[in-house]
Amino acid sequence: MSASLTIPLAATALVCAHCGLPAPHGRQFCCPGCAAAHDIIEGLGLGRYYQQRLLVAGTRALRPDAGERWDLARHIVATPDGAKALTLAVDGVQCGACVWLIESVLAREPSVLVGRVNMTTRRLRLVWSGAPEDADRLVGRIEALGYRLVPFDVSALAATQDRTGRMLMRCLAVAGFAAGNVMLISIGIWAGQGGVIDPIGPATLALLHWVSALIAMPAIAYAGRPFFASALAALRQRRTNMDVPISLGVLLVTGMSLVETINGGAHTYFDSAVTLLFFLLVGRVLDHRARGQARATAEQLLALRATDVAVVQPDGTLRRCGQEQVAEGEHVLVATGERIGVDGVLERGSGMLDTSLVTGESLPTKAEPGTTVYAGTLNLGATLTVRATATGAATLLAECVRLIEAAETRRGRFVVLADRVARRYAPTVHLCALLTFLGWYFGAGVPAGQALLTASAVLIITCPCALALAVPAVQVIATGRLFRGGMLLKSATALERLASVDTVVFDKTGTLTEPLLALMDDPDPADLHLAATLAASSRHPLARSLVAAAGVVVPAEGVVEYPGQGLVLATASGEIRLGSRAFCGRPDNPATGPEMWLARPGRTTVRFGFDERVRADAKETIGRLRAMGLTLKLISGDRPEQVRRIADTLRIDHWQAECSPVDKVSLVESLRSAGHNVLMVGDGMNDSPALAAASVSASPATAADVSQTVADLVFQGTKLQPVPIALRTARQAQAVMRQNLALSIGYNIVMVPLAIAGWVTPWLAAAAMSSSSLLVMANSLRLHRGTTR
Amino acid sequence: MTIILLLLLVSLTVAACGLGFFLWSLRAGQYDDLDGAASRILFDEDATPRPSNASPGH
Repeated sequence: MSASLTIPLAATALVCAHCGLPAPHGRQFCCPGCAAAHDIIEGLGLGRYYQQRLLVAGTRALRPDAGERWDLARHIVATPDGAKALTLAVDGVQCGACVWLIESVLAREPSVLVGRVNMTTRRLRLVWSGAPEDADRLVGRIEALGYRLVPFDVSALAATQDRTGRMLMRCLAVAGFAAGNVMLISIGIWAGQGGVIDPIGPATLALLHWVSALIAMPAIAYAGRPFFASALAALRQRRTNMDVPISLGVLLVTGMSLVETINGGAHTYFDSAVTLLFFLLVGRVLDHRARGQARATAEQLLALRATDVAVVQPDGTLRRCGQEQVAEGEHVLVATGERIGVDGVLERGSGMLDTSLVTGESLPTKAEPGTTVYAGTLNLGATLTVRATATGAATLLAECVRLIEAAETRRGRFVVLADRVARRYAPTVHLCALLTFLGWYFGAGVPAGQALLTASAVLIITCPCALALAVPAVQVIATGRLFRGGMLLKSATALERLASVDTVVFDKTGTLTEPLLALMDDPDPADLHLAATLAASSRHPLARSLVAAAGVVVPAEGVVEYPGQGLVLATASGEIRLGSRAFCGRPDNPATGPEMWLARPGRTTVRFGFDERVRADAKETIGRLRAMGLTLKLISGDRPEQVRRIADTLRIDHWQAECSPVDKVSLVESLRSAGHNVLMVGDGMNDSPALAAASVSASPATAADVSQTVADLVFQGTKLQPVPIALRTARQAQAVMRQNLALSIGYNIVMVPLAIAGWVTPWLAAAAMSSSSLLVMANSLRLHRGTTR
Repeated sequence: MTIILLLLLVSLTVAACGLGFFLWSLRAGQYDDLDGAASRILFDEDATPRPSNASPGH
């Protein structure tokens, strides 16, 4: 396909005018797919896209890739008005121009009613009228541009998250409304009482108090619900948390102010109560948002990796469906370079399987008909047929899930710092208020009403506004900082658990080492480059590693792939072959490991050997962790010689090989019962129970689904560096949290004596409460300045 | 006294309108995609579906 359209001169350089990847010399495009995509865009008059886009390094390049086909039908939802709707995760969105391009292309389809990309969550919502089968065509339109679309079913958890988020926002809005208005009225009252303006008459004062009460009380009843509900839940389980003193304080203050209003008293504290709720809700909303974003991104990562399974029907045709829809005894076809989708027994075909994500074994193993295979295993050979076995409780995954559940029960509940403080704080301040009442009533002999008023002032001053903000304010900033660095903190308490870690246990395969096998030998650059130009058109894992090792590669044209064997490029001087030993005509002595061969006419064949390789920054990272005073351990399901080699390279003294999932759990648990706080870093399915057993856990984004779901922290990218960064951020955050707690307790120590003495007026209470909250927030913002290195 | 009542009424009405608009915008999903909203204004062409008389040949 020729691209005869007008193309800016700048694009005729060495990169493809569509995807921005290297292109053959003198060509505008790297591949026919990109040329076609460019034609579509120019044909629709959307060429402006190329001038306005900003390519972001590190995101998936826009190279159309006709790899996968999805069974979209089962994800389609009918809308109430008879249209069809589909939600898809979009891979490859780089900037606003991509959003505009996708939406513009869809807008030109007459049947599309809604085609909208959410840039925050990277999801496309598609609503169209007409047949459900139209989905394939519409999705194909976008895929032809180079984006990857994966059907995405919103999980029940995410839907609840969304509802909670909106509820918090509504509460925040109501609290803000009430706080603003009540404060407006209160300032008038204070000005009158303080002699700034003419004194207020008793009738006016009563009116203003009543108006305040009418605004504040419904607002508190509405906006206080998140706190009341949480406090009640804690009390029912005979625990206490920070929401207990908050709820008690707010309710007592409101009740007391109401009594004062009815009795025509001089002071009410409605303003303090609603402002307190407003500040606290700001913290809650931000906290929810930060973690919601991290969770949504983690879900997106998993969704983009999901694959459909090809089931062979009795009549020989293929049916694509989700893994959970494969029945026992059905036959599943696994192409070369694909991951096996179900647990089963190999029926037809044989070849090498990469089980690193399942068992932690780094080197591929040979599989023959009759071998049991597990979901998640990568097929390195030719196409395989797998007969699905029990998908229920007997699978390896089910076994891991059972171990995870057991480990989580044993782990026990982590009590966050704020709740630990609340346990002592709440009884102390309530006792303080009681003593104040008794002291004034019996000791000083004042009337009961006035003594009660003074005691209430103590409760207002001690209402833990700053204290309740001390922790979430820091968490929001730390979570955001980690998020920007590609680290997704999913759990609310993970930051505090990370801060106290003293032992780090690493898995080897895929965690300390790179997730895919890497080229080991040091081949001649010219050979490597030639091999990579062939390998670039294959999706085979070894071919990809070869391309990665070669650096900038322009794919050769006319390469033919023989699945499971190799690649052939016909040239004027003869065939160039890249592939297995047999494919390249080498004598059939056994292979010494994962390898690829390059055969050319008139030249000797060249061998490329592959092995696992430690991540590029593993050595530096391990050194940094050691410098932080942490004990490091390595546990692996792999063979001792492989584990020793890696342990020696990284100078990790404590290592253990051939660990089963149960061994890993018991090692982590024995460390914990010896009083250590353990961070487990692992990626394989076999690591998942140990991840659940550890004090806190982390997984790379390449990890098995179950591990990623269990882990508290998921880190993206090819580096190991996020581990020390997360640990350091958590320690810094913990330090700032402690400062914040000290600040707010210091504020109480200064203000409580004033309250006991009966000197606290409503304006002083409001001013003290707001200033302490702002002080705590300002102190938390200091974390922003920290480097992310 | 009357003027205070009037002022209170006016200020509360205005604020209630603000609250109402905020709740409406929240329900309409205007806060669901803040990143997208920030970049959408850079593209003047309306990308939402139009009546099908838009000429494709451009």
